[in-house]
Amino acid sequence: MSLSPSYDAVVVGAGMSGMAAAIRLAMFDKKVLLIEKHSIPGGLNSFYRRANRNLDVGLHALTNAVPKGTRGAPLTKLLKQLRIPYESLKLAPQTHSLIRFPETTLKFTNDFNEFEDQIKTHFPNSSQGWSDLVCAIKDFNETNLENEYESAKDKVASYIQDEDLREMIFCPLMIYGSAWEHDMDWSQFVIMFKSIYLEGMGRPEGGVRTIIKLLTDKLKELGVELRYCCELQEILTDNGAVTGVRLSDRKLGEIQVQTNQVFSSAGLPETFAKTKLLETPRARAGAMSFTETILFMTKTPKELGQDATLIFHNNRSNYQYQKPDQLVDDQSAVICMPNNYHDGSNEFSEGIARVTFMANNEKWTSLSDDDYKSEKEKVTKKAIELVTSYFDHAPEITYHDTFTPKTVTRYTGHFAGAVYGSPDKSRDGTTPISGLIITGTDQGFLGIVGAMLSGISMANLHGLKGGLL
Amino acid sequence: MTTSEVRQKVLDIIADIALDDDVTTIDDGVSLREQLDLDSMDFLDIVMELKKRHKVEVPQEDYPKLATMQSCVEYLSPKFQALA
Repeated sequence: MSLSPSYDAVVVGAGMSGMAAAIRLAMFDKKVLLIEKHSIPGGLNSFYRRANRNLDVGLHALTNAVPKGTRGAPLTKLLKQLRIPYESLKLAPQTHSLIRFPETTLKFTNDFNEFEDQIKTHFPNSSQGWSDLVCAIKDFNETNLENEYESAKDKVASYIQDEDLREMIFCPLMIYGSAWEHDMDWSQFVIMFKSIYLEGMGRPEGGVRTIIKLLTDKLKELGVELRYCCELQEILTDNGAVTGVRLSDRKLGEIQVQTNQVFSSAGLPETFAKTKLLETPRARAGAMSFTETILFMTKTPKELGQDATLIFHNNRSNYQYQKPDQLVDDQSAVICMPNNYHDGSNEFSEGIARVTFMANNEKWTSLSDDDYKSEKEKVTKKAIELVTSYFDHAPEITYHDTFTPKTVTRYTGHFAGAVYGSPDKSRDGTTPISGLIITGTDQGFLGIVGAMLSGISMANLHGLKGGLL
Repeated sequence: MTTSEVRQKVLDIIADIALDDDVTTIDDGVSLREQLDLDSMDFLDIVMELKKRHKVEVPQEDYPKLATMQSCVEYLSPKFQALA
């Protein structure tokens, strides 16, 4: 520890927001150190390889998937800020998604009119309320960092009386980003509504790897120092301001680095735990975690009779978005079928179905090793049964893998396996420590595009002293 | 430095920022914001690139002078000259 190198900024976490923040800072000649605890980039949207197969984590679909050149759209803004050409995303639009409840199934595509028609057909009495809600959403500036927290359930109920419709609208929006159980913050609801229903969904050919490769190539081009297997130990402060960080690096051991600015994407409670703050703003660990089972099949979903890209499955009349009492809630799930985005592509040599269940972190972490294995098998079996119910005939499974809340914590360091972060956010990114900035999900923008925009806007606002989004 | 050289330098910056826009058809008299999908964040990038690449500083109160290509060239030419 004789030499203590100095950086303009240290970015914690090479996930979507951390990489985006590092790119922006380095683009304007800041000397940046980007550290990642895991041995590969991506954070909550990452990948791994098992049995000669590519497996994705996170990213079922890229939300905000507007066509090239759509003015003012978050995806367009993001690509310009990172100087990434639209074509390099190789984005394929969704075929359609289904929101399937016991009584009704709603289908949506990237053409919002089709969704509106579906709603007007199935819920004719809510037609006017729906139109008014959509107007209110379009008029709302969801990225204003001054917005007050407000219950989206209450607000939507003021437009739409039909509870069944409300539950169906909320279902994809909650499971794709809400850190709150049962409800969402209105700003976050608007972000999700626009990004999923109004702008649409797509998948980059090559999945999450394609996005990560674009970001890591940029980091390399800009000369960002990126260290893997390098974990934040402590944020050093003097008089309430950041002076440096203490890191434990697999190669270098314990090192200390000087900096006056730390951009942390580790999460709000996770970041505060690395400081000596005696009193912090409220920062609870998130309750929402998931299991995901990835099934490889001899036939594609389309060959098995299912051409939807996503199915939001819910077997109850209401939608219970909450940490379940059991290991998983098997009455509700998301099924993602990546082959269906790319009909005729040679990306896949097998059919793939990914099944996500809401899961209880404490139940998973308290299992013995043997029970953990057998419970994972049970979840796999539930996942196979569920996808089979959406196919004309049973798939032949060649390989499968399941990850749990325990896996999430192990690889990302997020407390309680939380996938959407803490229910408490720092919307302007500031903390009680001067120079310590929060980016990513706990700054409050959602989804992959939101995460990258969070990194960009926090880097612009606090690192480059530019304007807001 | 000639005005056409200044124009080229500004154009190079805009082309790098508005990657997906066609910058060869820019009408010099019409607002850049109208022709290209540029927002306030992108104008800040133009300002930061001017400083980074050419050491030309544009104070915040002068941002409106970057509205069109013509006004960019008129405003920036003396600044480029001063550095030459």
